[in-house]
This record gives sequence, C-alpha cells and structure tokens, in this order.
Amino acid sequence: MSTQVPETETETEAETKSKPNQERRMAEKAERREAADRERLAREELEAADETVHLKVFRYDPEVEGKQEPRFDDFHVPFEKGMTVLDALIYARDHYDSSLTFRHSCRQAICGSDAMFVNGSQRLCCKTQLGELETPVRVEPLPHQEVVKDLVVDMQHFYDQMEAVEPYFQTDGTPNGELEEQRQDRKNREKIKMSTRCIWCGACMSSCNIAAGDNEYLGPAAINKAYRFYMDEREGKDMQEHRMRVLEQEHGVWRCQTQFSCTEVCPKDIPLTEHIQELKREAVKSNLKFW
Amino acid sequence: MSQSYNRGRVEDFGRWREFSAGMWAWIFHKFTGWVLIGYLFTHIAVLSSSIQGPEAYNTTLQGLESLFVVRILEIGLLAVAVFHILNGIRLLMVDLGVGLEAQDKSFYASMVLTGIIVVASVPTFLSEVGV
Repeated sequence: MSTQVPETETETEAETKSKPNQERRMAEKAERREAADRERLAREELEAADETVHLKVFRYDPEVEGKQEPRFDDFHVPFEKGMTVLDALIYARDHYDSSLTFRHSCRQAICGSDAMFVNGSQRLCCKTQLGELETPVRVEPLPHQEVVKDLVVDMQHFYDQMEAVEPYFQTDGTPNGELEEQRQDRKNREKIKMSTRCIWCGACMSSCNIAAGDNEYLGPAAINKAYRFYMDEREGKDMQEHRMRVLEQEHGVWRCQTQFSCTEVCPKDIPLTEHIQELKREAVKSNLKFW
Repeated sequence: MSQSYNRGRVEDFGRWREFSAGMWAWIFHKFTGWVLIGYLFTHIAVLSSSIQGPEAYNTTLQGLESLFVVRILEIGLLAVAVFHILNGIRLLMVDLGVGLEAQDKSFYASMVLTGIIVVASVPTFLSEVGV
C-alpha cells in the first residue's frame, strides 16, 4: 500500500552492551508487531465499512534514498459521514504508514496549518468534506512552495511577506487616561471584519499566479493584512501614510491582476481581490494631485 | 519559489482544466490583447498602401477581401475585439469595486454576448465573397 522503504537491521553496536541491545531489539520487535496489528485492524475496518475512499497522496523525502523520487501513494480509508480530508490523512498515517508527514493542529480551521492541494485546488484539509470530492482524492503539498517532506512545504517566504507589511497594531495616539480603552467604532470594525479572519494558511499565496512568478510580490495574504491595519482608523494618519508607502511600491498592490484565484481558494471567505482593489484606489488617491 | 526538483504539471498550464472563471478571463484578455496589437501592425501595413495612390489601396483591399481566409480572419478579429471590449468593461467594474461577487457571472456574460455578436455578424462578413 505504501512505498515505505523496508528497514534493514544493522547491528553495529558493541557486544559488551548486549543487554540494552537486546532490549532495543525487543522494543523494535514490539513496535513492528504493533504496526502489523494496526494494519490488520485497518484491513478489517476496511472490509466492515460500507464505503471506502481512495486517496492518492504525494510522497517525497529528500533525506531517505529510496524516497527522493516524488511519487504518489495509494491509501484506502473507511469512509464515515462527516469525514474530512484531514481525518482521512490521519487515518492513513496511523494505520498504514507512520512516516506520512503533514502539518495539522486544531482540526477546526483556526490554526491554518493544513492547507494542501486537494484535487487541483488549494484547500484547508480539516474543512474539506471527503464526501464532496471526486475520487480518487489527490492530495499534494501547496504548489509554488518548496516541499520539505511529503505534504509539508517551506512557509518561510510566505511569513517573510507577511512580516514585510508590519502585521501588528501600532499608533502614536494612545489614550490619555491610564485605564482608558482604545475603542473602535462599530462601522470601522465592520469594515475590517472580513480581513481580520486570516489564519495565515498560505492557500491564497500558493494559488496566485503572479506571486508564483514574482518573489518580491507581497501576495494576497500580506496585502489583506495591510488592509486590516490601513483601514483601522485608530492607527492615525501618519501610520496610514507609512503603510501606504509599503503597499504602493512596484511589487505591492500593483502586481495584482485580478485573476480572483486567491478569493476563490480562501478557506475563510475573505474577499481578497476586493481588498486589494480598494487599496489600489487608495494608492491612486494618495498620489493624485490636481494642481 | 522555485522547486528543487520537477513537480511536473503541478505548476504549469497543464492544470488548465482546473482554472476558474477569473483565471480564464485573465488568459483570454491577455491573448486577445496581443492579437489586437498584432492586428494593429497589419492594419497599418494595409492602410499605408494608400501612400502609393488610391488605386494601389483599392486593389490591395479588394484583393484581400476576395480571399475567403481573410473573411474568416475578420470574424475572428471581431470576436477578439468584442471580447476584449466587454471584458475590459468588466475589469473596469472590478477596478471600481463594483459587483466583485458577480465577477464570474460577468465573465460568462461577456463570453455569451461575444458569441451572439459574432454569430450575428457572420452573414455580413461572408456575403459576396470573391466579388
């Protein structure tokens, strides 16, 4: 089922340490037995299940010789109503191949760590229902990012772009009283509401054709983050100008070509293109002088 | 974000079946834009035959219009121009922030409208071929 390289036993340790060696071997044996048990259990569950789902999962591991060639592994998983792609991946890892690597944490679309390329589109696995997908379900790591192992990609570039727009609240005008709150009026809050939903999953950046070809482009997520603070009235005029200086650069908002790919894939339904377009208009307004 | 090895069709246009409306609109807009720029040069070339006098211009145009291929190309040119105009209006709306939720529908609408206009133009373009 999986293309895991069979482990070869090597006995290089000195004979003098025979006792711990033996213990280690025993432990390994027990582990193997457990793995076999799990797989047998999975096979039984698979037979008992009314419905099974066929997953094709991208595999690649640069550190193991037999796995350096990218390939697809097939996993058959018993289907349960309400099962997500992440559930299926967890099942495959726990029952068939413990070396299957992917990021996940909260399983409820908040942590943003399990964005993957499922059936040709960037999706959050914990939010994607298996029942709604065509089989076999093809699971790949996010495109346009370096694959570290299996479904794990290097997110560093994405985080760098996010940091570039200073994604935190900053202002000169703090309130006078010691216990006074920095209130935002309802209307302004409503304006930035959607943009605050971003969970940094990187799906939009991966779907963006422009970001793929231009490494300096901020990308939809970073621009949306900038929008969230640019539109926040509490930051004040000076801060707004400072933020606009970042956004109006060549590789800022102007790279967007309104392909709507990001808006299409965003698991939190943020109207990314709309926000980028609004910032473009702000950029024009701040530069246009009629005298 | 280059890849240390070839991931095959993951990152190229081989995935065109999975493109959404906005992506298609972008591709078609680029394509029609380049076609129109290309046409601009032929257009100038044909028009500049009038430098040699009205007869030269007339014979050039009549010669071209008598060719069936040219008539077909003219229909193609109309299709390209109409789509570029309609999608340009759509992009203008997108830039103004009007109706971004309906951007896919407006793309389909511009496709359908282009089709209708092109089909309606066929009798005009194909009449009197070779006269």
